Amino acid sequence: MESTIENKPMRATQTKETDSVVVRFSGDSGDGMQLTGMQFTDTAALLGQDISTFPEYPAEIRAPIGTIAGVSGFQVHFGSKEIFTPGDFYDVIVAMNSAALKVDLPRLKKGGIIIANTAGFDSKNLKLAGYPEGTVSPLEDGSLANYQVYKIEVTKHTKDALKDSGLGMKEIERCKNMFVLGVLFWMFDKTMDFTIANLKEKFGKKPDILNANITALKSGWNYGENTEIFTTRYKISAAKLPAGVYRNISGNQSLAIGLMAAAEKAGLDIFLGSYPITPASDVLHELAKYKSNGVKTFQAEDEIAAICSAIGASYAGSLGVTTTSGPGMALKTEAMGLALILEIPLIICDIQRGGPSTGLPTKTEQSDLLMAMYGRHGESPLPIVAAASPADCFDAVYEAVRISLEHMVPVIFLSDGYIANGAEPWKFPSEDELKPIAVKFLKENNNGDGKFLPYKRDENGVRPWVIPGTKGLEHRIGGLEKQNETGNVSYDSVNHEVMVKLRAEKVEKIADFIPLAKPDSGKEKGKLVVLGWGSTHGAIKTAVLELLDEGYDIAHVHLRNLNPFPKNLGQLLHNYDKVLIPEMNCGQLLQLVRAKYLLPAIGLNKVQGMPFTTEEVKSKIIELYNQA
Amino acid sequence: METVTENTAPVKLTAKDFTSDQEVKWCPGCGDYSILKQVQTVLPDMGGEREKYVFVSGIGCSSRFPYYMATYGMHSIHGRAAAIATGVKTANPELNVWMVSGDGDCLSIGGNHFIHMMRRNPNIKVMMFNNEIYGLTKGQYSPTSAKGIVTKSTPYGSVDEPFNPAELALGAKSSFFARTMDRDPKHMQFVINRANQHHGTAFVEVYQNCPVFNDEVFGIFTDKATKKDETIFVEHGKPLVFGPTENKGIKLDGFKPVIVDLTDGSVSKDDLWIHDETDKTKAFILAQFADFSTPELHFPRPFGVFYTEDRPCIDEQINEQIAAVQAKKPRIPLNKILSGEKTWTIL
Repeated sequence: MESTIENKPMRATQTKETDSVVVRFSGDSGDGMQLTGMQFTDTAALLGQDISTFPEYPAEIRAPIGTIAGVSGFQVHFGSKEIFTPGDFYDVIVAMNSAALKVDLPRLKKGGIIIANTAGFDSKNLKLAGYPEGTVSPLEDGSLANYQVYKIEVTKHTKDALKDSGLGMKEIERCKNMFVLGVLFWMFDKTMDFTIANLKEKFGKKPDILNANITALKSGWNYGENTEIFTTRYKISAAKLPAGVYRNISGNQSLAIGLMAAAEKAGLDIFLGSYPITPASDVLHELAKYKSNGVKTFQAEDEIAAICSAIGASYAGSLGVTTTSGPGMALKTEAMGLALILEIPLIICDIQRGGPSTGLPTKTEQSDLLMAMYGRHGESPLPIVAAASPADCFDAVYEAVRISLEHMVPVIFLSDGYIANGAEPWKFPSEDELKPIAVKFLKENNNGDGKFLPYKRDENGVRPWVIPGTKGLEHRIGGLEKQNETGNVSYDSVNHEVMVKLRAEKVEKIADFIPLAKPDSGKEKGKLVVLGWGSTHGAIKTAVLELLDEGYDIAHVHLRNLNPFPKNLGQLLHNYDKVLIPEMNCGQLLQLVRAKYLLPAIGLNKVQGMPFTTEEVKSKIIELYNQA
Repeated sequence: METVTENTAPVKLTAKDFTSDQEVKWCPGCGDYSILKQVQTVLPDMGGEREKYVFVSGIGCSSRFPYYMATYGMHSIHGRAAAIATGVKTANPELNVWMVSGDGDCLSIGGNHFIHMMRRNPNIKVMMFNNEIYGLTKGQYSPTSAKGIVTKSTPYGSVDEPFNPAELALGAKSSFFARTMDRDPKHMQFVINRANQHHGTAFVEVYQNCPVFNDEVFGIFTDKATKKDETIFVEHGKPLVFGPTENKGIKLDGFKPVIVDLTDGSVSKDDLWIHDETDKTKAFILAQFADFSTPELHFPRPFGVFYTEDRPCIDEQINEQIAAVQAKKPRIPLNKILSGEKTWTIL
């Protein structure tokens, strides 16, 4: 159904209750869609709705204006029910130009709403979006008859509202996203207060800009209220989430906070050695703010120097951290081997993106698992911990730090672009609820009257951490193979095998200190289990919950610890007739599970730079479930 | 009040206290032995506690150095000592961090880290043992090998233009450059002392003979017969004089160095170039002596401190910035970091 200002109906706006809505803000990368989406999300979150977001932007900072390549989208799924994904299909598209609509229309639900900025659909914009010369705008050619289309002259209304603002045309045009946000707030019955407060914070020192943004926002709201083009407003209640205090958080933010929390609990200062790379740079930006808490950030000359400086800092007694993505991970491998043979703590965060090579810098993928597992020369196992959602980055990295410090071993933390940039509500813990992390620097000789033994291990195979400056324990460590216990250089062949095994056993032993695997949903036995890791959690969880409701005998197990696996994993997986492993790669966990547990697990694989939709997971489960 | 005064002065350390129990495994006659000895000799006089010393090295013959020192040390990976040492020093500025490297480790595989270390100027002492060859991999040419050198990897002679380490370091904003040689222990001790006193990255190039793969490459600078003609030892405030009887000098004609005869009375020492360690332009000219290789433009090789400048060190600046922020802004309580600015409550 189409409504326009021209055929004014009687005032007949009705309010409709609904439990969840997916809105896609879409426009040119200069249109401020990310900011608009985040403002909308924050408000929904502060009103107690559950949310999940998915920002999607081009790799180019300013691709040619108006083109398909320049489209920047921000997707938010919010509602009164529990939400685990940003949503497969959209209920509402806000399209600032024709390129945006062209990109996003295929995923709009039938009967869905299109809010279109008419200025973005003129002949020039149609041409930029790749329509042939003389094409009639899709807003006018009848092709959108199955949707509700609201054509709004956003640019014109914003200009009219701000004609007396004293601002130049360019600055006025920049406010059009606030006008759209105002319309959306009206449509979904949301207060503008949080955004106004936020604008005041942001533009407090620029009253002209502040007032213009607020005016544009309110004009948008009033437009919805007065023009009577909208037939429906939507009301979404607060979600019935577990009681507690929540905040909205993105994956990279929660990763940074997790590192801060773990360092503080361990009584160490953070040293972050990092080289800028998408989508990991935000962790560097975030940690660089915390000088007041003694966080040292070092933007190194390259990825190798980034990890090496962190190794130096760890050696000197800090919590050494390096953050990167695939290409940087590849460059760091030799240094990881050094940290591994030195047996010092180190946190290596890989925020995965589409590869190989430069690949898809702004798109998501889970294709670094086998690199994390095996991507070093020599026998070089390292613990791997993966985060399942934006908020889970906190818990997962906290666990990574605990393992690293308590077991004197570098740990690889895996996240990906999808959860790094996505956001969700987080029922954050208080300081007291966090597990303690035990760090002890050795100060005394561990060998009585004999010579200090830097590689003498405790019952868990862990060597002591001795930091330079400790009197009487001066010793040398290095990348050459070392004699057991003394740490002196040794080329003895039998000793080498002993050391290789000791290092591997130390990593295996970590399995005694991590939780056992158990179903995230479903029972401990059944016809089919969906085994996942990392950011596929939301799609798998939603799919499994929906099918459990329909009576399927299935379960969902999600792995945080990928090396070592939880001790009971093999046993648990054998409780099900079939094992399905969805991954955003060509089957990497699949290989590990098949090899380790000799299970005929089956993969569901997608490498399109996009997360799974719930539907994709559901249909594979059903297909497999019904196979003999 | 206790009236008995105890002798609490620290026991004076000796070279032996800096010598580890590990057998030194360089080739017989290697110049590295001399460097190790000079460092172990000088360190006790520098003061400071032994446990505060950290020697970080990369890979190569030179980089075995830390194993032989009874201090803290890390024998790391090829080329990366600069980055690791920067991390050590930044994490704990109290430590006395030394880096030991070779011409391949420092300028080839580690070239990127090297130039960035020079500009950042962490308070680290860097000794680069330059033997103009890859020794540990058994004799390939290095980034400082002379063009034309015949090695295993260049059987028809190298066509690769070498680096001039002094020029490279100064071009990368090095705050201290000095050159010395393995066969002049006294001079090396002097230079090590100067490096230790420098605030910032002190880069010391040590000409070091590899008797196996590049024997006597620096022979003309070390042999008694040629040393006086082929070397010049620069000292701050003193004229550039060399030759068997101090019979030659160098003066500057604008920016052009000219060798003059001091015996015919036409030029006096007062007319000569007076070495000024703080003059970067002149330091560059000294650096280029090594490149003047035609018979008409043949200059003695300079040794000593070319250039020194006191400027801020990144390790201190990172820590000072933290202290400055902390002075104005209290530590954010962990609970505040966890909650952030905006929260909501679900009952």
